[in-house]
Amino acid sequence: MITIEQRAEFRKHFRNNISSRQAMDKIVKGIVFGCVALAIIPLGSILLEVVRQGAPALSTDFLTQEPGAIGSDQPGGIGPAIQGTLMLIGMSSLVGVPVGVLGGIFLSEYGNNRYGNTIRFFNDVLAEFPTIVIGLFAFIAIVLTFGSFSIIAGTFALSIIMLPIITRTTEESLKLVPVTYREAGYALGIKRWTVITRILLTSAKSGLVTGIMLSVARIAGETAPLIFTILGSDNFFMAFDQPMDALPLRIWRLSLLPYDSATMQGWGAALVLILIVLTLNIGVRYLFLRKRGGGRFRITAGG
Amino acid sequence: METVKLKGGSPLFDKIFKIAAAIAATYILALITLIVFQLITGSYQIWTQEGISFLTGSDWNAVEGSESYGAAPYIVGTFVTAGLAMLIGVPISIGIAMFLSELAPKFLRSILSFVIELLAAVPSIIYGLWGMFIFRDYIRDWIEIPLNNVFGNNVWFFSGTPFGLDIFTASVVLAIMIIPTIASISREIMIAVPNSQREAAYMLGATKWEVFKMAVIPYSKSGLVGASILGLGRAVGETMAVTMLIGNATGPNAFPSSLFSPGQTMSSIIANEFAEASQGSLHMAALIGVGLILFIVAIAINIVAQLLVSRVLKAHQGAVLA
Repeated sequence: MITIEQRAEFRKHFRNNISSRQAMDKIVKGIVFGCVALAIIPLGSILLEVVRQGAPALSTDFLTQEPGAIGSDQPGGIGPAIQGTLMLIGMSSLVGVPVGVLGGIFLSEYGNNRYGNTIRFFNDVLAEFPTIVIGLFAFIAIVLTFGSFSIIAGTFALSIIMLPIITRTTEESLKLVPVTYREAGYALGIKRWTVITRILLTSAKSGLVTGIMLSVARIAGETAPLIFTILGSDNFFMAFDQPMDALPLRIWRLSLLPYDSATMQGWGAALVLILIVLTLNIGVRYLFLRKRGGGRFRITAGG
Repeated sequence: METVKLKGGSPLFDKIFKIAAAIAATYILALITLIVFQLITGSYQIWTQEGISFLTGSDWNAVEGSESYGAAPYIVGTFVTAGLAMLIGVPISIGIAMFLSELAPKFLRSILSFVIELLAAVPSIIYGLWGMFIFRDYIRDWIEIPLNNVFGNNVWFFSGTPFGLDIFTASVVLAIMIIPTIASISREIMIAVPNSQREAAYMLGATKWEVFKMAVIPYSKSGLVGASILGLGRAVGETMAVTMLIGNATGPNAFPSSLFSPGQTMSSIIANEFAEASQGSLHMAALIGVGLILFIVAIAINIVAQLLVSRVLKAHQGAVLA
């Protein structure tokens, strides 16, 4: 903040040294351009390498077969991993979406008090929990209790990661609905919960869908919590209380194997995963965020 | 007919709906409480066995009979990698935020924000894969080996044998991963600076850099600190990329002896050794104990960051989902 005393000082300073000040300005602009370039180079390199190294691995067999013996002439594929990732996304959404949307409704419609503020704060804190800790928690709470690694435990962990994102975006989008919509509903004598479900949720639909899709993109790439919950498997889905495979987990296992063919499969799986995640992200931005200028909802990949 | 249907339902439904929403919201609090409780009970064994030496010791021996666990090297490793990542990532992020809020023409602004957010959307495991098979060679041949050749004998943190899978590589990739977080929140905080501040400086004849230095930075300082701390929280909890790149030393060897020595962080030791620990063993309790320490560190960092960031943004447009 510039105070009146400072002004005189600045004015004096600005009269002199014009060329050196302009040179400084140019230098700083150069550095700032450099910063931007430094951030874009890795993204370019990652996308380029994933496509370049991953594309040769792709084939119908690779996408649909169970993993075979690495190094032999039947290397198999990542079918179970793709199935696992899709199942985990579906099942986690089944838990995370309704609870998250209800939580968001509570914060927006009934949460204008101390309890609401507390939940809002802890919701933000939960959104930043290290995902590996959430994995450990699901391991203790589900795997140890029921005695087996399972897709249920994985669903539990991933739904916890989804929850705060959906709660937050739901609250934000409900708050964007003009208060006159609510008043119009009440004036017609419509009950509060009907106003919320029929009028507010419909008006806030695009915001809700955005939050859900971004949270799905986030959990699709999660690896750390899956180590403790679904464990990994070479087979297609067998039962809900059995270990399961998923793309990020498969990439990790493949990257640890000392064979070139395993590495190539890892890149192939990475290409499939990045296609899923970026399609969801770019899709959301293209469909919904453009109108509102974006920036409100942000999503990052974690552990 | 439709209106009649909408009006229908007794006030009881209103109550039930409100209660359902309250339960869903309370579930979040319940989860956090349960997580704390489970981590404490799950690691109880290691605290009674090792006591305070679990925090200060450096032995890590899972052989039955001579079991001994100390998490100090991993706690240090976490802070060293996260600290280095901040050292590299924060200046670059602030630079990007400055470009986006002060310098960039409008069309570039939206494209670049989009690219930065894509960088945030790439899963951690893919950063790890890229770091392991691509970036590692470049950083070893272009940065580590030259630095080691020139300074290796004189400066301790450039000593050792550059191998590419070490604390330095992990920190650089970690920096790349936290840049989008810090940059996009910083950008929002800078945009929240009232234009009258900038105009006052321009009026006095300041250049863009001087406007930034005199009007934008002082006004947004605490928010920028908050954004950086939020990035620190991310760096501390980050698992997969670090696990794949840090070289995974255990025991006293995991103490960072130089930038080019392999290390271990709290999250990477858990990810690495989880499969070897049998259920109910002391080894498992030790790993859960490390998880508890990680949790406390990450939460403390986050609460500070949330308070700083939300205070700045509240006046402008409400808190952000970060």
